[in-house]
Amino acid sequence: MPQFDPAFFAPQLFWLAVTFVTLYILMAKVALPKIGAVLDERQRKIDDNLDKAAQLKAEAEAAVAAYEKALAESRAHAHAVIKETAERLAKHAEERTKELNAKLGEQIKAGEARIAAAKETALGNVRSVAIEVAAATVSRLAGAAPDQGKVEMAVAAALKEQG
Amino acid sequence: MANPIEQFQIKPIIPLEVAGVNVSFTNSAVMMVISVVLVTAFLTLSVRSRALVPGRWQSLAEIFYEFVANMLRDNVGSEGRKYFPFIFTLFMFVLFGNLLGMIPGAFTYTSHVIVTFGMAAVVFVGVTVIGFMRHGTHFLRMFFPEGAPIATAVILIPIEVISYFSRPFSLAVRLFANMTVGHIILKVMGGFVVSLGAFYVIPGVVPFAFLSAVTVLEFGIALLQAYVFTILSCIYLHDAIHMH
Repeated sequence: MPQFDPAFFAPQLFWLAVTFVTLYILMAKVALPKIGAVLDERQRKIDDNLDKAAQLKAEAEAAVAAYEKALAESRAHAHAVIKETAERLAKHAEERTKELNAKLGEQIKAGEARIAAAKETALGNVRSVAIEVAAATVSRLAGAAPDQGKVEMAVAAALKEQG
Repeated sequence: MANPIEQFQIKPIIPLEVAGVNVSFTNSAVMMVISVVLVTAFLTLSVRSRALVPGRWQSLAEIFYEFVANMLRDNVGSEGRKYFPFIFTLFMFVLFGNLLGMIPGAFTYTSHVIVTFGMAAVVFVGVTVIGFMRHGTHFLRMFFPEGAPIATAVILIPIEVISYFSRPFSLAVRLFANMTVGHIILKVMGGFVVSLGAFYVIPGVVPFAFLSAVTVLEFGIALLQAYVFTILSCIYLHDAIHMH
């Protein structure tokens, strides 16, 4: 077999050494750093993207939390406003009612006073009409004008009797 | 039928002699140079675009890189990092030697025991030097593990010494024998196909089918033996760095 012919050992070992060392240098200095750099870069990019994703997720969660907080706050605020408004309106309505009642009471009082005055006036008129009528009646019946003072006294006594 | 041994014949192309030593550029050297050129071209051109999403060639280059890197990490650990270029070179050199040898008519340099022994000797000497540099004389403990009874030393030490020194030979012979035998079988089968096929077509089909199957098998062996050569080197490196 040619494999065991020592004549070919030296040239094969020599060229093995030359080519193997050449390949080693090419791999160690050129090829492997290149491939390693590509792989590292990919790994870094993947890690970066994962980090970014985690960060964005955290941000989104924070935004959701802030939104919910704002929502709760505005709901509470709205409740407060509604309550306050309702209270204010109730108070206002009560005041108006009170005011109106007072005004109406005054008007009623004034009306009563007016009625009383009118009644007085009417009664006064009745008296003078009664006096005149009594005087006329007496003068017709008796044929002579009665004493003005007596007639007035008689009418007053009759009105008092009537109440 | 062609002589199945003829394919292993070394043919000087450029006769050279340096200081009385024959260093002729032979058909074996041609294949080694082709391997170096192909491996370098493949691994540099494929990652030239530095694509984030690799294409076909870049994927293949990355697979080789990660395959050897994982092999080294699994077997040696992080201390093996600095030997990665050597282990990778060893793997690619053996793999391309085996695969290029599958091209009909091409010379297979890994079928020469002096070539495989040259690489195995470098691994053996390198690993031994690394062992002594890391552990000093304590590295001799390799031959007599801690905790073994003194009485067993008589048997244990010779066995360990023999097994240690047989490493380069087993490493070299395994690769050389696999390649040589595989190529002889291919050649013999090829001869049968030609001689029987010339005689009558039908009988030629049988050895042809067998030849096809063996060719597929030989491709598998080409890959497997490159892997075996490399992983055994890794295991020896592990022994040197971590002892047993």
